[in-house]
Amino acid sequence: MASLTEEIALAHPEATRIRRPPSKGLDGVFRGAAYASAIIVLLVLAGILASIAYGGWPAFREFGPGFITSTSWNIGTEQFGAWVAIVGTLASALIALLIGVPLSLGIAVYLTQLCPGWARKPVAMTIELLAAVPSIIYGMWGLFIFAPLFARFVQVPVSNLVEGLPIVGTLLYARVPSGVGILTAGIILAIMIVPFVASITRDMLDQIPTILRESAYGIGCTTWEVVRHVLVPQASVSIIGAIMLGLGRALGETMAVTFVIGNANRLSASIFDPGSTIASRIANEFNEADGMQLNALMALGCILFVVTFIVLIVARLLVRRVKVA
Amino acid sequence: MNAANTLTPAVTQGRPPSGGRVRSGRRVADRTLRIACTLATLLGAVVLGSILLMLIIEGLRGFSATLLTQPTPGPGSEGGGIANAVLGSLVLTFIGIVVATPIGVMAGTYLAEYGRGSKLADVIRFLNDVLLSAPSILIGLFVYTLMVRPMGSYSGWAGGVALAIIATPVIVRTTEDMLRLVPGSLREAGAALGAPPSRVIMSVTWRAASAGIVTGVILALARIAGETAPLLFTALNNNSWFSANLMGGIANLPVMIYQFALSPYPNWQGLAWAGALLITVAILALSMVARLVVKSERAR
Repeated sequence: MASLTEEIALAHPEATRIRRPPSKGLDGVFRGAAYASAIIVLLVLAGILASIAYGGWPAFREFGPGFITSTSWNIGTEQFGAWVAIVGTLASALIALLIGVPLSLGIAVYLTQLCPGWARKPVAMTIELLAAVPSIIYGMWGLFIFAPLFARFVQVPVSNLVEGLPIVGTLLYARVPSGVGILTAGIILAIMIVPFVASITRDMLDQIPTILRESAYGIGCTTWEVVRHVLVPQASVSIIGAIMLGLGRALGETMAVTFVIGNANRLSASIFDPGSTIASRIANEFNEADGMQLNALMALGCILFVVTFIVLIVARLLVRRVKVA
Repeated sequence: MNAANTLTPAVTQGRPPSGGRVRSGRRVADRTLRIACTLATLLGAVVLGSILLMLIIEGLRGFSATLLTQPTPGPGSEGGGIANAVLGSLVLTFIGIVVATPIGVMAGTYLAEYGRGSKLADVIRFLNDVLLSAPSILIGLFVYTLMVRPMGSYSGWAGGVALAIIATPVIVRTTEDMLRLVPGSLREAGAALGAPPSRVIMSVTWRAASAGIVTGVILALARIAGETAPLLFTALNNNSWFSANLMGGIANLPVMIYQFALSPYPNWQGLAWAGALLITVAILALSMVARLVVKSERAR
């Protein structure tokens, strides 16, 4: 073969030129551009971390580890601590999970097991459109529609009921029943994470081989038993991954929370009282901030970055492992 | 989805073959699950319905003849519109998508075509997925440090870049997914004709996946059109008419809605509702279009 090629090359010198791709240079440029674009994604992520760490560094240096545990946020005396915002972030995200996860799982089970065939597509679309609604719209809905109803029908009756009781009397007592507060923020966040968790869970449930379900129904299992003993064990790891993705979203959500959490700088024992999250405090104060306050807000952003990225990385690992298997 | 359809109706309805002879405890658990799941789904639909209803009622009340012809009015004054915010939002979204599309498509191409089996591509794919759900406010802080502070003022450019950073991971992800669906035999056929890899990608793979890639861009558009948090520290807002100078703060719908909705002036609140209706309708329409593109592609 080699000799034949050489022969052709000798006889027709122009043939060797054709063998070399005419656009070798362009090919390299294209490949380089694709590579560079992929690297940009890496650089952006590194840049986010670097810029926030750089901006927050003066605050970490000034207040040390006490920055995390300090509850003061005094602009006049330049004393800043993250604890109130951290507690608000974790509390609202926890409430969001407690309410949102059962709802999401219920919707996923409904869509895959119970829903009649003709309704499946419209219902799935309704839930997915909820995910497309911008977060600021959720904020307006929460503040102008949900909060007044919540104050009137939940906060006032519950506060009257539990007043004076130990523990629940402080936890569920609204000093000013305005409808806004950590619980309201948690409920709005729950509504916002439901479409995400539900659609991922639905995809995971759909991936489970039909034969497993058919066998279970075939030996006389009820829907509850199929869900409990067949579907959930099969998809558990990825469902946890989906929940973690929802948690990542709840931790970093800004606009909706800023509308409904009340933006208080003090720590309150009641989940009916206003509070603030890391994201809502940054959104509220950043534009007027200066000097050390700016650095403290950047440091808050740094804490948020670390927490959400750990959550998101774990979530992606859990969701991915199942997809591969 | 399709897998479920293969079950016979009696089975999907979960009616145990033994009819009424199911132990009552099992029946109660089963009924409870069915009712709870149906209620959860109903609740989701009710919330979406209530949001849309609120937007339509309040938004139409805020509509006026001058809504799309006049800039935002001063505090407490009557009349005016949101024309400058609409225009500014279009410009910012345009900058965002124009910057993000080439980078996103090329990065997705690298991951799907060149980076198969490479460690670096695995890392980038993973981090892109993480970036996809990163809090947008952190992206705002990043662009503030990168552009607003060195340049000394809020600017339209910074807002556009922030939106581009949010749009890019969406495009990377969908481009890669769609390119992976293209059968390898198509690439081999192209290569057998003597086309270099870049030629195969541009004339064969991209063309085969074009509808999917367009869907990704539309989804990214829907995602950034309503983003508020990153614009707070980058584009901010501006009550004056739109100016071509993108070096200053620029009016945009999301930040306008945020500021006006929380203001004490009824006129501003009305404008915020009208803007909210406008932006939500636009975004929901974009999401539906993206869905239709995928559907028509599948039908082909």
